[in-house]
Amino acid sequence: MATIKQDSHSISLLVNNKPGVLIRIALVFARRGYNIDSLVVSPSHDERFSRMSITASGDMNTLEQIIKQIDKLVDVIHAKDHTGEITVEKELVLIKVQCPPETRTEILQISEHFKCQTVDIDDDTLMIQATGNTDKLDALHTMMNKYKIVEMVRTGKIIMVRGGDST
Amino acid sequence: MPTKIRDGAHALIECLQQHNVEFIFGYPGGANMPIFDALLDSPIKLILVRHEQGATHMADGYAKSTGRAGVVLVTSGPGATNTITGIMTAHMDSVPLVVICGQTITPNLGLDAFQEADVSGISYPVVKHSYLVRDVQDIPRIMKEAFYLAETGRPGPVLIDVPKDIAVATFEPDYNVEMQLPGYKIPTHGDSAKIARAADFLNKAKRPLLLIGHGALISDAGKAIRILAEKMNIPVTNTLLGKGAFPENHRLSVGMLGMHGTAYANFAVKDCDLIMSIGSRWDDRIIGKPEVFCENAVKIHVDIDDAEFNKVIRPDCCIQGDARHVVEELNTVISPGDTTEWIKQIDKWKKKYPLAYKKQGGLKSQFVLDELDRLTQGEAILTTDVGQHQMWAAQFCKTLYRSHWLTSGGAGTMGYGFPAAIGAQLAYPDKQVVAIVGDGGFQMTLAELSTAVLNKLPITILIINNRYLGMVRQWQALFFDNRYSGVDLEGNPDFVKLAEAYGAKGFRIKRNADVARVLTKALNYVDGPCVVDAEVEKEDNVFPMVPSGQPYSDMVLEPPKHKLAKPVGST
Repeated sequence: MATIKQDSHSISLLVNNKPGVLIRIALVFARRGYNIDSLVVSPSHDERFSRMSITASGDMNTLEQIIKQIDKLVDVIHAKDHTGEITVEKELVLIKVQCPPETRTEILQISEHFKCQTVDIDDDTLMIQATGNTDKLDALHTMMNKYKIVEMVRTGKIIMVRGGDST
Repeated sequence: MPTKIRDGAHALIECLQQHNVEFIFGYPGGANMPIFDALLDSPIKLILVRHEQGATHMADGYAKSTGRAGVVLVTSGPGATNTITGIMTAHMDSVPLVVICGQTITPNLGLDAFQEADVSGISYPVVKHSYLVRDVQDIPRIMKEAFYLAETGRPGPVLIDVPKDIAVATFEPDYNVEMQLPGYKIPTHGDSAKIARAADFLNKAKRPLLLIGHGALISDAGKAIRILAEKMNIPVTNTLLGKGAFPENHRLSVGMLGMHGTAYANFAVKDCDLIMSIGSRWDDRIIGKPEVFCENAVKIHVDIDDAEFNKVIRPDCCIQGDARHVVEELNTVISPGDTTEWIKQIDKWKKKYPLAYKKQGGLKSQFVLDELDRLTQGEAILTTDVGQHQMWAAQFCKTLYRSHWLTSGGAGTMGYGFPAAIGAQLAYPDKQVVAIVGDGGFQMTLAELSTAVLNKLPITILIINNRYLGMVRQWQALFFDNRYSGVDLEGNPDFVKLAEAYGAKGFRIKRNADVARVLTKALNYVDGPCVVDAEVEKEDNVFPMVPSGQPYSDMVLEPPKHKLAKPVGST
């Protein structure tokens, strides 16, 4: 299980798959001055609904209130905070890094260590893809920072509860 | 069942008829013309307003007094944005409204077309739900859902944006369509274990207090609360919006609590060992300083809305459910403790610190309202605006029944009182309706005099006219070294002449001796609305007062001798 920073929360929502739902949810966070760190919206197994996985940081009391206010929205089927629960959490990252011949082997070794895939390569750059929990990708990011990162894109975290319980 | 072919507008109006809508408060414009046209083929009565804000407050007054959704029909752009204040007012006070807005044609959405505003987008923070109709087929379902959402659970306003091309598109409506609200749950019965826990707390309490809010009125919990209070011998205080859930002339009633509550209610709050809120949301106006509010008392919270729990204070026991259901179940498991000493103490406070004002000297607002209370005996529906007159009316006019007190509490919207009275009078044509307003607030929506005159509504509009924005002036006097800024309403019209210009009757009260005589005449005037201009003392302050954000121990009972510290609360 991933260790979770004290002030970071993993929230999952099942919502109506309709225009305007995202803004209603974002407004509740904004009104309480709560910043959304990452947000993933995707179809669920039922086409009527979408799944949202949100990570946000801030104090617990405010978050409890925010989740209740979100759960109250007519378009939200349910809203849950999974912080501290046993969940599977995954993220994907693409990192494009400069790789002159003298550092190329080193970069490839590190990426192998993180079980990255090399998805693109040209004379000067290398694009690697990695999946895993947030801490692993943070560690990879730190390592790659020693070289020149041209750009980086992360998907944000998706969450699913282990076992028979629903997310 | 499939019926004949209809256009969207006719289908929409037929949906309103199926919901037994009596009145539409509306104003036409380019985008809602098809709906106004369809209205001609319907028995629903159009109340043509003079400003869309007025329409929303009328619908609010209608809804608050009947418990049924008030319906508003306005056009796109400015017509729709003019309703936002009224929608926010209804949202804050959990009032069911269905607000239908015309909208530009679908292909023009988002193109800054003439009179286009993203009104459903603008409405998000102030509605229970909102719709933008994108397919004419959806109209029957959306209308059904809108009324259901507005009127059930914790009620609130629902906005429906109807593009003009949708209103004229034809289809075969199925009025028996199913609603699609998988995310909407309505709590009814509370958790029995929690109710038992609350009963245990109540049984043991020596100095318990019931705090009754608007939720008690919405769920019609009055009877159950009376049984609870009488059986357990517990004093009852009510919020501004809770007036009428428990008769304020009852021996156990201590009236309103909070910033301008009665001294004895506030002493009871300060000294109780248990406080049980039924349908109140511990608003900042009644909490003062949340960290020390009822510090040593057990707190029980009954609310239908889960999001109200642990919001302002952290109670010892939270019961989610409909107030009536919860209190009825609670009544089956309680056993009375001994509260005799506590009741004695409260009666002592009632004697020692009654609501009072100077009877001699100039015309006092309190005297006018005291007389109104004496003449109407709680039988009239009173509406108020916002400010000093509202607080004095709340203090001196005892509310005895449900739906007899309509005021803007959460939002504090000036201009609410008079249009709300129009809505209430339409709902109850045989009832005496009195709009108690200030000279400031009345001028915000007085154009609706035309509406009241046209519909021959015998509303008594009582203006507590001090030619000031009195509540702001009071704060400037108490907390800002008497530096009056922007509060002098010099330039007020002659309200009697103004009433006459609209074809209404005008009365004036100048002296104490006029009050009973003129008020009686005005209350008996039934040929349409009348305006009573009560020229009260210019400078008077509302007491008791718990300054905003301060603890109850800081309550001020009379004009202070020295300057008060600026309050830490927001407003």
